This record gives sequence, structure tokens and C-alpha cells, in this order.
Amino acid sequence: MGLSGLEIYKLLPKTNCKECGQPTCLAFAMKLAAKQAELSACPYVSEESKAALAAASAPPIRLITLGSDNFKIEVGNETVMFRHEKTFYHEPALMVRLKDTLPLSEFEAHVKSIAGYQVERVGIQLAVNGLAIENASGDAGVFGNYVAAARAITPKPFVLIAKSKAAMEAGLKASGTGNSLLYAADESNWQDMAALAKQYSAPVAVRADKGDLAALANLAEQVKSAGVEDIVLDPGARGLGDGLAALTHLRRLALKKNFRALGYPIITFPGEGANSETEEAILAAEHIAKYAGFIVLDHFDPASIYPLLTLRQNIYTDPQKPIQVSPGLYEIGEPKPESPLLVTTNFSLTYFTVSGEVEGSGVPSWLLVADSEGMSVLTGWAAGKFDAEKIAKSVKQFGADQKTKHKKIVIPGAVAAISGELEEELPGWEVLVGPREAIDIPAYLKNWN
Amino acid sequence: MPVTVEIPKEKWTGAVREVKLGATSAEGGTRARTVTVGGETTLPFLHYEGQMPHPPVVAVEVQDRYPADWSKQLLDAWGEVLNDPAAWAKKAEEIGADLIALKLQSAHPDGANTGAKEAVATVKAVLATTGLPLIVYGPGQAEKDNEVLVAAAEAAKGERIALGNCEDKNYRTIVAAALAHDQLVIAKTPIDVNLAKQLNILISDMRLDLSRVLMDPTTGALGYGLEYTYSVMERLRIAALTGDSMTQQPMICTVGEEAWRTKESKVNQGVPAAWGDWTRRSINWEVITAATLIQAGADIVVLRHPESVALIKKTIADLMAH
Repeated sequence: MGLSGLEIYKLLPKTNCKECGQPTCLAFAMKLAAKQAELSACPYVSEESKAALAAASAPPIRLITLGSDNFKIEVGNETVMFRHEKTFYHEPALMVRLKDTLPLSEFEAHVKSIAGYQVERVGIQLAVNGLAIENASGDAGVFGNYVAAARAITPKPFVLIAKSKAAMEAGLKASGTGNSLLYAADESNWQDMAALAKQYSAPVAVRADKGDLAALANLAEQVKSAGVEDIVLDPGARGLGDGLAALTHLRRLALKKNFRALGYPIITFPGEGANSETEEAILAAEHIAKYAGFIVLDHFDPASIYPLLTLRQNIYTDPQKPIQVSPGLYEIGEPKPESPLLVTTNFSLTYFTVSGEVEGSGVPSWLLVADSEGMSVLTGWAAGKFDAEKIAKSVKQFGADQKTKHKKIVIPGAVAAISGELEEELPGWEVLVGPREAIDIPAYLKNWN
Repeated sequence: MPVTVEIPKEKWTGAVREVKLGATSAEGGTRARTVTVGGETTLPFLHYEGQMPHPPVVAVEVQDRYPADWSKQLLDAWGEVLNDPAAWAKKAEEIGADLIALKLQSAHPDGANTGAKEAVATVKAVLATTGLPLIVYGPGQAEKDNEVLVAAAEAAKGERIALGNCEDKNYRTIVAAALAHDQLVIAKTPIDVNLAKQLNILISDMRLDLSRVLMDPTTGALGYGLEYTYSVMERLRIAALTGDSMTQQPMICTVGEEAWRTKESKVNQGVPAAWGDWTRRSINWEVITAATLIQAGADIVVLRHPESVALIKKTIADLMAH
């Protein structure tokens, strides 16, 4: 969030010398605010003002990066409160916590299953982003060994949870560089944690109690003054209501007030505010929708991880670029060569609505999804992305003419007008006009022959 | 120098309308209690900047026929009561439902194709066994909806039931029935802010007081369009709070119907191992859809699984505590 022209004006010499090419300093400030001029055009601006203006042009929520290549986590740098205002950019990292008090073999088995977990959704592979390893034993040597054991299994990023400097350093050494977040610096140990964060160039989380944001801001400023730039915030609020309030405050402070001391991503621990695994998942869902950067779970259960990964994919879909499903010939139920063949577009919402109704009808069917470049039926038709030629091409491209033998294709009722044209494109085929609304598909399919 | 933090607060100028469902004997009905939703003067659960006088509530879906097409998870969880809508409604009340959402599914032409007479009998039986306020849904087929909803409205005169769905194509009939028998309507539009506003305008032009209108923005389940519903609801609620009168209706989401229609909830055969345990997964699917839409402004969520009801009631209580 940039400064306004008036805010910039206050930082200028106010001499109206005109050497920048503008008639007044205020006019120059307005140009700067509109990004139509460079500050370097002013020969007299002070060093302090330069620093202040540079800081003001930094993103309101700092981007934090952990890990590299395929396992890179990037969080922060968000620009809006609501996804419809533009989009949410950086998905929160979902991680699972393990303690160094587990038997080592059990710990390793958990690391394997968590790091290896993958699930596919609309053609995209979803995964857990990394692990949080906690020094519950209190022993630095044990912690180092457990982190090393986990690192031998996976290159994914870690959150290292330890209180003492010795344990944290052992963990850092075992984890390798550039792939760990230190958790956490609090009132008692922030000097040590800041020193380690600086020495190993690792981001560090600061933690306050029960949503005390003033304490959190002070801690973050102290850590920053010790030379650490990459900071993550734990406001310490744990329940559904308190967590929502604290995370909303933090997002608003960063975006609306440009409040630098709290302009960092947030880490949450939903398990600490929950009485059961499902409650943990509900809290995690809140944090996905409302503003977390790292979410550390205490349970690893595919039955809740899968819905949470799906929710994250939903919330972080760019509303300006609706998600598309891969074009192709989809089997619903177990269709046979004589089962009905329907065609629709690859706009995800259209696909989900149509496939849901076909599935609900109980009639096994072939659903041909043509590449309409993510447009719905009518929009695609109007834009020439879902016309007779495209449908005929898709029939051949995806082998719908091989998999079915009745040579009948059902088109959406909304594009009934193209049926003649489509019969010309598909010689020997009968084009049937289906219902206009997806909800009428089950009734239609029951009478199909 | 210590940093001081001033908590930013939004100044909202509008409020969501309050809508009361049900009527007690003092009010001309027979309900043991009424349920009021709406009245918010801030975004969901931001208690520090405005009022949320009524918590969101849970309606439990009850059908007037054995739902053989439902997920086995649901059939097992409810058991015998599924054969009798009155017993089913009573059970729903026992497990903590705030409202009963009775769906007259048997009226569907593809099913038993029952008519007004059966609808009246079911509505009366359910009203007789539960003291909760009632929502009555038609089977979702325009002609039959009109037939059974008009009959239900008449049969439940004085009970302040909500009639659903009232859509672009049938709103005249449904609104007329609500006017004639002092009932409420559920105005349903397909995931679009302007269509939602427009339908509210049409309804209000027929002189139905807006304190009798709930709006259903159309629910997309988790993984099946949830993000569209979520954003349309956030936009509608922000519009309501900034004073746009025709968006100020409380919102109802048919979460159970949508979540239990998904493959994730419905089946367990031939699904990837990464989907996890079927029972946990299917309940999570409903619960996470509901919890997320409550964060976006849902005032009523219609659920199907008994365990989801308990979990969402607890979620709402936690979010209301402050």
C-alpha cells in the first residue's frame, strides 16, 4: 500500500525549487504517489525521507520464503481483505507437528507418511507442505537427532519448535540452510532466537500471549532491531472467536494502516484451541479463509487433511480466472458403449453442476468436457469457444466416437441453436437437445434411449 | 519506545434485517419457541465493532419419504426414523436442531408424485410432533413446488413457516401464498449478487414485508464451487452493512444437500486411499462447508448428519463467545 500524495509531500523539502521539473513540491508528491515520477528527480530530499519512502513502498505484509524448488513455501505479500476484491496470492502452508519424545522409529514412520501424502484434485496435486518438529524432550542432542532423522527422509521445510538456544541451534544444524522457521521468540528468549535467526539466515516467529498485539509488535520490533528481517507472528489467540478477531486485526493493521511492526505472515496452531480432531479441522478451516500464513496441525488424518487442502484450493483460486477442469471424456458411474453421451464446457462450476446432476441421476453416462477456455455454456457459445466445430473436434479428440456406439450426443438446451450445425460437423450423428438447466438432467436421462 | 497498537474498526452504516420464524400460541401459532435470525451490524463474529444479536442457527433436513438415494453414512446414522417424517423431526429436535427443514421430496414427478393432500398431512404431522419452527421445501420442480407449497402454506396458517424455494420463475405464486397465509419465503438465486437483489426487489414489489424474506445465494459444496458461494455471500453481506437495502436479508445455505451429494461423501468404492476414512471424511465435508459459509455470513445452515449438527452448534457457540 503506497503513501498518499500528501503523506509524501510531508517528507519533501517543500522549497518549490522546480528542479524536479514540477512547478511545486506538492505537484511532485502527487506524481510520486501516482508512480509517474522517480524520487531521484529531487536533488534535495534528505536521507531520512528516502529511507521512509523506500520503507513505505515495501509490501504491507512481508513475503516469507522457506525451502526451495518443488517444496518452496511462500507466504505473505497479500493485498486484500476479501478474495473478491482481487485474489489471495499465497496459500497458507499446512504442516503437521511431531514431537521428539516419540519413539524414533514411530517418528520416522510418521514423517514418511506425512511428507509423502499427496492427493489429486481437478488435475492438481495437493500435499502437506512440511513438518513442525517440537523439542518436547527438552534435550538439545535428542532434538538434533530427530531433526536429522526427518531431514534424511524429506527435503520439505520444517518449523523447529524449541525454547533453548542450544536445542534450536542443534535443530538448525541438522535441518540444513534455508528451509526452517524458528519457533518462537518470546519475552524470555528473543535475544537468543534473534541471534540464531541472523546467524543462520532463518525466519523466526515471535509469540505473544492471548492476542496481546502490543506485546507482539514490541517483540517484532526488538527482533527486527537485532537485524532480522524475516519475521512471522503468533498472536497467541487460540479459539475460534479470539483467533478470528486477532487475525482480522493483524490483516487490517497491515493493509489498512500500513502498520509496519505487524506487517508479517501469521502462524497458527489450531490443535491448541481444539478438544478433538474435528474441532482442530474446523479451526484450521477458519485460518485458511481468514488470514493465516502457516497452519500447524497436531493430527495427521487424510480424512481431514483432504478437505482442508480442498478448502485451501477453493479459497485461493483467483476469482478473476475461474478454475478450469481438464477437457476430456469423463466416465460417470460405469458407462457402457450404449450409455448416453452428454457434452458441456470446462468451466469448473459448469462441470461440477452438470457432473453432480448426472451422478445424482444414477444413469451411467459419458460426459464430454470440451475446452471452452474456462467459459460457461452461454458465454463460451457467444465467444465462439463452445461451438459446433469445437464440440465435433472434441468428440474425435477424446475418442467419444470410439467409446460409444449409438452416435447420439446431448447438447445443453441453452445452445439448442447449434444442433443443425453440429449435425453437419458430425455426419451420421443425431444431435439431441438436452435441458437448459442442469437440475433437469436426471429427469431427462431417465427417459433417454 | 514501546509500540502502541490501535485496533482498526470499520464503521458500518447498515444492518441485516431481523427475520422471525415460527409463532407461539400467544402469536397465533403452536410453536414452543420462535427463532430470530439477522440483525447483524458487523461482519460475522467481529463482536468488537458491531452487534450480532442472534447467532446463526442449524436447521435439520427431514424428508417425507425414505431417502434411499442418500449416502449410507446418513442412513446408518439416523436409522429407523427415516421412515417417518414426524419421528425424524422429533429426533432432530432431540439432537439440537433449531429449525426443521421439511422437504416434500415425495411430490417429485420422478418419485411418488404425491400432491397437495399428502403435503398437508405431512406438514400437520410434523407440526404436531415438534415445537420447532418449520421450513418447508418443495421437491425442486416448478409445477409441483407451486402445488405443495401453496397447500403447505394454507395448512400451516399462523405458524410463520418459511416456504422454499421462491425463485425467479415461481415467485409470484409463492409470495402470494405467503401473503395469504402470513408465512415467510426463501428467495433463491444462482450465486449472483445482482440476481439476489433483483429477486428481493420483485418480492418487495408484491408487498411482502422484507422481515419475511430469507435469501438463499445457492450453495456450492467444498470442492464443488464453495468459493463462488463464499465470495457472493461476503459481497452481499458487505453490501448489506454499507446500507444497500435490497441485500439486507438473512442468508440460508443448504449445506447438507450439497455436501452429501459429492462423491467424497456419497461413496467409498474405488476412491483414492488419500481420501481417508469415509465416515470422518464425509462428516468433515459437511462440517467444513458449513463452518466456512458461516464465516461468510450464513444465518441458517441446513444440515443432514447428526454429528455435523453437534459440531456446528459448538462452532457457533465458540464464535459467539466473547
